[in-house]
Amino acid sequence: MTDLAPVKSNNRFPFQIRFEPRLGELKWWQSLLISLIALIVSLLVGALLLSVVGGNPWKAYSHIAKASFGDIGVFSDTMVKAIPLILIGLACSVAFRMKLWNIGAEGQFFLGAFGASIVVLIPIVPDGSPAWVYISVMALFAMVFGALWGFLPGYLKARFNVNEVISTLMMNYIAVAWNNFFIYAVWSEGGFQMSKMFPRAAWLPRLTDFSKQIPELRGLTTHAGLIFALIMVVVVWFLLSRSRWGYEIRLIGDNPKAANYAGIQIKKNVILVMMLSGGLAGLAGMSEISGVVHRLQGAISPGYGFTGIIVAWLAKLNPYLVVIVSILFGGLILAGREIQPSGIPKLIQGIILVSLIASDYLVRNRVRIIRRTED
Amino acid sequence: MDAVIILQAGVATGTVLLFATLGGIFSERAGVMQLGIEGMMLLGAMAAFSVTVATGNPWLGLLVAMLAAGLLSQIHAFITITLGADQVVSGLSLTFVGTGIALVFGEQLSKAGVISLIPRYTVPFLSQIPFIGTIFFTDHSVLVYLGYLLVPLASYYIYHTRPGMHLRAVGEQPSAADSLGINVYRTRYIYVFICGLFSGLAGGTISLAISPGWFSELTTSGQGWIAVGLIIFSQWDPTRALVGAYAFGALRRLVLDIQGPTILFGMRNPFYYNPYWGFFLMMLPYAFTIIVLVIGSYSAMRRRLGAPAALGIPYIRGERGV
Repeated sequence: MTDLAPVKSNNRFPFQIRFEPRLGELKWWQSLLISLIALIVSLLVGALLLSVVGGNPWKAYSHIAKASFGDIGVFSDTMVKAIPLILIGLACSVAFRMKLWNIGAEGQFFLGAFGASIVVLIPIVPDGSPAWVYISVMALFAMVFGALWGFLPGYLKARFNVNEVISTLMMNYIAVAWNNFFIYAVWSEGGFQMSKMFPRAAWLPRLTDFSKQIPELRGLTTHAGLIFALIMVVVVWFLLSRSRWGYEIRLIGDNPKAANYAGIQIKKNVILVMMLSGGLAGLAGMSEISGVVHRLQGAISPGYGFTGIIVAWLAKLNPYLVVIVSILFGGLILAGREIQPSGIPKLIQGIILVSLIASDYLVRNRVRIIRRTED
Repeated sequence: MDAVIILQAGVATGTVLLFATLGGIFSERAGVMQLGIEGMMLLGAMAAFSVTVATGNPWLGLLVAMLAAGLLSQIHAFITITLGADQVVSGLSLTFVGTGIALVFGEQLSKAGVISLIPRYTVPFLSQIPFIGTIFFTDHSVLVYLGYLLVPLASYYIYHTRPGMHLRAVGEQPSAADSLGINVYRTRYIYVFICGLFSGLAGGTISLAISPGWFSELTTSGQGWIAVGLIIFSQWDPTRALVGAYAFGALRRLVLDIQGPTILFGMRNPFYYNPYWGFFLMMLPYAFTIIVLVIGSYSAMRRRLGAPAALGIPYIRGERGV
């Protein structure tokens, strides 16, 4: 099992399977096919595990499909879950492209939510400001606070070579405690663990808000955070694929030594990329509290920061694919809330990530079936 | 709030971190980074608790916990050693899977009643020594004493035995080890498995001895990640791991205990009168992990030693590399 080189064996079967390093690039449909196979395999493994614990996997899967994509109403809710996933998926894609493992999107998301909240709760902008002032200042503050939360691990990585996986993870726990302090102690509303409701001007408009003009939109919860997310998709795509900075990021990711010899400042880029990544995750936090809950409270994330990692990986760090994958996972999160036992969605996500990494082997190696030679 | 009691409880709490850190040291000494410890610990905690609920035998629970986590670790081993995939992402995915399995199978466990725990023991004579006796030898779980034994054993094994030397060779210079006839792949599989056993033991220690019970994800509450930080702080050395683990155990304990008394150092205890300040106390273990990491990484950088040279790099036979 440990050695994949061909082994001489006694059986007479005249063919053997051999893995060889792939020399050329994969065609896009080939890598898509590999990812799809990995996805299907992980759903099958998930089904197996589900039936082991006594569930009915096909009922569970069809329930997920129906409860997340069944009609326009639930699809709209799926999109609500997809919005933070898109932004966090982008955040992870940017960092991962440089092989910078930002696992702290969850914490940056919380700090983004905090940053957006202080705009209303301190308040930074005067009461009664128009919506565009509220929304733009909140988005700005969210990105700045998220970026600050990304700056610290980035700086520690650049200055002291501190492993960013652990530092970003620890920052997650700190961020949750930080937000909880303000929710419980400072902005607690009538003894509840939540701040007061934000004024209407600080809400991101939802589709249902336009139901007077277009009756079909009544009850649809998808909010304008989607516009932020889609703008960021294009921005990140441009940065990564079309800009000089993106080229530097990709070069550092692929070959840090070559990047160093080429005169690219790796340390500066580590900090900048962590800040960009944190800023994107922070924006997700703002869109969630301004578009969905309209106040600062606990439990605003069912693990978006961690699902975002899988989203980025499944999308092969491609910003456009991030959108599609986010919608799929948004459905999983939405429908997963009703599935028993409650650990199932997390388990399925884990299995998907495992089989994706394993499938990478097929991206790097090609399978050849060759005739066994006598020797 | 008594310093001796906090230190005594710190040794107990730190034992969890000690087991997990020791396991991580073995795996990383062999060149395989271990970010799946948190998931394996949670799986271990769940397995230990549920088996004990079912059979009433905590030792059996501990054994199953170790085996379950060891089995889970082999996914990581296969993906990183045989398939040569990125160890960071694979370790993360292991945490996801371990957490998922633990949550799914542990669904009903939080309702389980009182179970029999790993027995406690006070060492005769040694416990009479002032301070030290109370802190280290009085009314501790048997597993705490196991921790005392494992550290010198691990140290001796790594530095003074032939297989320990092979272990270090595989982590520092796998191609050289290979040329000397050491099976790099097999060695790495074995030590990843050992890391799984240790992580399962750490998880079982939580749910059967230190803070008994099953509280879903809060059972471990990030201790696996703190252990990953401690591996770096310990510079892959068991003795330093012991110091770090007990210090963190005491810190966790202090955070809990400091909110109790009304008077602290002759002053009104601010944490008692402002209970919400507790949130800042809760940040401390995580903030200290970062500080400890900075110290560990900085001194490793300055002294140009520390991390096994081949850590995180997949070994492919016949290919150029470290």
